[in-house]
Amino acid sequence: MRRRFGLTPTALLLLGAVYSLLPVTWVVVAATKSRAELFSSNAFRPGSGFFGNLTELNAYRDGIFWHWMGNTALYAGAGALLSTLVSAVSGYTLAKYRFRGRNLIFNMLIGGILVPSVVLAIPQYLLLSKIGLANTYWSVLLPGILHPYSIYLARVYAGAAIPDTMLEAARIDGAGETRTLRQIALPMMVPGLVTIFLFQFVAIWNNFLLPFIMLADDQKFPLTVGLYTLLATGANQPSLYTLVITGALLSILPLIALFLTMQRYWRTDLSGGAVKG
Amino acid sequence: MSSRPPRTGARLRAGAAPYLFLSPAIALFVAFFAVPIGYTLYLSTRRMKVSGLGLGKGSRREISVGFDNYRATLTDHEFWAGWLRVLGYGLVVLVIMLGLAILFALLLDSAHVRLARFSRIAIFLPYAVPGVVASLLWGFLYLPSLSPIHAVLRAAGLHVNLFDPDVVMFSMANVAIWGGTGFNMLVLYTHLRAISREYYEAARIDGASEFQIAMRIKLPLLVPSLILTTVFSVIATSQVFTEPMTLRPISNTISSTWSPLMKVYRDAFTTGDLYSAAATSIVIAAISLVLSFGFLRVVRKRAFSEES
Repeated sequence: MRRRFGLTPTALLLLGAVYSLLPVTWVVVAATKSRAELFSSNAFRPGSGFFGNLTELNAYRDGIFWHWMGNTALYAGAGALLSTLVSAVSGYTLAKYRFRGRNLIFNMLIGGILVPSVVLAIPQYLLLSKIGLANTYWSVLLPGILHPYSIYLARVYAGAAIPDTMLEAARIDGAGETRTLRQIALPMMVPGLVTIFLFQFVAIWNNFLLPFIMLADDQKFPLTVGLYTLLATGANQPSLYTLVITGALLSILPLIALFLTMQRYWRTDLSGGAVKG
Repeated sequence: MSSRPPRTGARLRAGAAPYLFLSPAIALFVAFFAVPIGYTLYLSTRRMKVSGLGLGKGSRREISVGFDNYRATLTDHEFWAGWLRVLGYGLVVLVIMLGLAILFALLLDSAHVRLARFSRIAIFLPYAVPGVVASLLWGFLYLPSLSPIHAVLRAAGLHVNLFDPDVVMFSMANVAIWGGTGFNMLVLYTHLRAISREYYEAARIDGASEFQIAMRIKLPLLVPSLILTTVFSVIATSQVFTEPMTLRPISNTISSTWSPLMKVYRDAFTTGDLYSAAATSIVIAAISLVLSFGFLRVVRKRAFSEES
């Protein structure tokens, strides 16, 4: 096989990489600048104000930024965990059992992919406010648990990763259905479930519309809504720009870290069974 | 073993087990999909009737108005102007984002590339940046007082205001392209990796160049993934909300009804007219479904005519 080194393909990809990294690099540098430096110095020359900015962000409304960070971690962590669990159990059931109504239930759940989030978010808000749950943590957590695409992925993965013979063996050994699910099926699905968890985690972490509609109390805001309101109040006061910039940087660091450390789990195709290294 | 009736008991439990296991998903589906959709449909045919001055009990009550709210939405000039803006924006985003995603995926797969791993991770990285933060970062980069982009444009002799009413659509499209290219690239690249290498070996022996292999073999094989990514992108762009909403405080050229979804938000929460918001959101859902199914139909027809 010929393995020439192609200059043009490499250059094109690196160009794409530079474009993708540009705003991230800019925010890293901009966060180190004090207010005066932000508007006066070269965009990519680091400034001297990072710790000053950090102190200011900590002080802003009694450290509400860290509240938002904690809220986001809770929404994304708990939400993705519950969502993965529901998807795993549903996907396994749909892949491994034959029962009346199976296709109907599958099609119904999958049809949810096609329903635009806008059609759901506002009535969800109205219904939740009727039972007094709007503007609570639940109002952001609960609507995100059922995720049709994750159920689809879990079904595909369960079909590929769990041999029927294992389930039959478990049944012959006298294990009940729940025990088979807990001790055989779910452990075998773990690599695929990590992937589903990560995608859900990012989706909830990045979600704006749902918490924006559900929440009025800024103590419950996730980062996205918090930064938005900070920007909206600070738009006419360039003095708040440094806060928004520092906050934006801090808000993406956890995801970038997760992203780089979990490289091998970021896959978009789960039909292959085991995760390749 | 002996304590429980072995066969019938096991079979009974197996019979109920699938329904038991699916009950959380079904309950969530009913509570957060079926009931809200039904409620939106119901609200969309209602209106608050105010009698007298609207003061006191009984002066405000909900009445049924049939399709009046839909008629109002469908004849609303601003609603269609919003669609026109989103259509232009969506075309720019779809063509460039998917074009770049295909290009990068094919390049990564071509085996002649240095630093492929670095490029792949870098291009996928924006996926980890929330839409709000992406809009915020680019929004700052578009500000003349802050932006290195303006410095470059000025050096090239161009004087462009990136928030100019005619330009802002492209500025916004850039945010979506930046955020979405990496994910779509990964979907396509994953698909390419799953294709058997033997196809390419055979073509190479026949004297095909890498470019020909990419265009004549890889691209046609990618079609199913391309359809999937296009449908998801159409649905996402037709509901664009976060980017214009976040850029609004920085720029005064984006109206509160720039995109159809922004109009729904304004109607529901600023104007307080839930009924027309419900009707409008049903219309948006219908249009995005028609767009994506329409695309699927066109694609299928094209595929059939090529076969025959």
